[in-house]
Amino acid sequence: MAKTKVLERKPLTFAEKTFIPQIIGGLKTTFGTMLKKGVTLQYPEERPVIPNNYRGVPTLVKDPNGREKCVSCQLCEFVCPPKAIRITPGEIDAEAEPDRAHVEKAPKEFDINMLRCIYCGLCQEVCPEEAIFLQDIFSLSGYSREEMVNNKAKLYELGGTLPDKHLKWDKKKAAESAGNAH
Amino acid sequence: MDILAMLLPIAFSLTMISVFMGLCSYSVLAERKVSSWIQGRVGPNRTRIPLVGHIPILGNLLTGLGIFQPAADGLKFLFKEEIIPGHVKVGYYYLAPIIALAPALTTMVVLPFGRYVDPAGVVQPLVLANIDVGILFILGVSSLGVYGIVLAGWSSNSKYPFLGAIRSSAQMISYELAMGLAILPVFMWSSAPGSEYGLSLFGVVQSQQSLWLIIWQPLSALIFLVAVFAETNRLPFDMAESETDLVGGFHTEYGCFKFGLFFVAEYAHVIMGSALFVCLFLGGWNFLPGIADPWSDNVFGTVLSVLWFMSKVFFMIFFFIWVRWTLPRFRYDQVMSLGWKILLPLAIGNLVFNTLIIAAYDHFTRN
Repeated sequence: MAKTKVLERKPLTFAEKTFIPQIIGGLKTTFGTMLKKGVTLQYPEERPVIPNNYRGVPTLVKDPNGREKCVSCQLCEFVCPPKAIRITPGEIDAEAEPDRAHVEKAPKEFDINMLRCIYCGLCQEVCPEEAIFLQDIFSLSGYSREEMVNNKAKLYELGGTLPDKHLKWDKKKAAESAGNAH
Repeated sequence: MDILAMLLPIAFSLTMISVFMGLCSYSVLAERKVSSWIQGRVGPNRTRIPLVGHIPILGNLLTGLGIFQPAADGLKFLFKEEIIPGHVKVGYYYLAPIIALAPALTTMVVLPFGRYVDPAGVVQPLVLANIDVGILFILGVSSLGVYGIVLAGWSSNSKYPFLGAIRSSAQMISYELAMGLAILPVFMWSSAPGSEYGLSLFGVVQSQQSLWLIIWQPLSALIFLVAVFAETNRLPFDMAESETDLVGGFHTEYGCFKFGLFFVAEYAHVIMGSALFVCLFLGGWNFLPGIADPWSDNVFGTVLSVLWFMSKVFFMIFFFIWVRWTLPRFRYDQVMSLGWKILLPLAIGNLVFNTLIIAAYDHFTRN
């Protein structure tokens, strides 16, 4: 057991009893603070620095080649604790991306209800394709409930393109052209 | 000539009132700015008036300092909806803010704020009414301000304002005594028998030409300062308001311009208290202790003396604000025990001590 040390309390001196030295000390402190620069962040003009691992609004991202990464596996929909995500799976348009069509799927609709979202980040954690990310957007507002549901277009617009280490589809194509599709 | 003699005092009074009200609104701004600096914030820095606010560099500087803020504050109070709670006593409810403000504005009549040299070569004070009993007038009238608070508390007809008013009146009574007793030694020295000034504030200022009274009578100055803080209901003595335990104290039920009047009255009291302290203890418009009056005798010297007086007053206003954001509020019983058990005996002791010294001085110098 740790030993406790009993501190001796000295009786107050006469100067201390008048409180005047203490008051002067306090005045010095506040004057010192007054001369320092303020800590206020003047919000709409000045924005805080958002750290990289910040969990903001969930967004969908594309890979550097501009392809959709989400394959509508719906894992995020299932893991989402408040059931904010709703995915309607669909096919990839064969005209636009002939080599990917009928190989992978893509979401036809992808809605995240931001009134339900709790910013837990489980969708990002569970996504096998690294397609959904909670990025640095921290302030969102709207005038109606409908406005607060982010649809697919909005999600891609918010998400943009993130650097991708894997470039899965390029590797796959390279392997296929080398005659080793699987 | 007759008409001029009648109109001039009115013109002077109107000028003084407008300057004084301007000072009040800018001390509100000073309060907001200084408090924000002390708390590491930036304070009001957005209000901008068209044209003046858009001069390239100056406009931004003025806006950043919040120079246009008082206009916005005042207009806000004017344009707010006039709400009268159902349970108040309407007549007295309206009367209270007026009674709170009027004494604070009345006291400035006898306040000398500068000096000029008349053609005969005699130094005269710049003052609306240089009456012989200036200090008595100020003490008497300024303590009437508490009636505004008491009336507000009573007419609001609810418990928090009532408690605030009761506390405020008790505090006023306790500190008035110490205040009066603290000033007595000052006047015993400055208006000795045979002196021509009597109890006028001008006389006190003139008597401090060689030595300021804060150096000569530090104990009186300290007691007076504490009592002024209490009389003006400023923190650490804002028993009347104490928003943490009494919601808003006496002005809980007040809104819009009536609250604005209370607000202005508080700052008017602060300015008057500062000016009074400067006159009594900080040498008024005398330059520095030892260097009495380096200003020349012409108009320029008069302006300089007024400016020097004003800068001292501004320092005291700043000191009031500075103390407010440094010290926490006293508990009510602490206020009472400080007033009755410490300040009052100290003031009496100080008075007796000074009396003895004066008696001894007279005794030994007479022979």
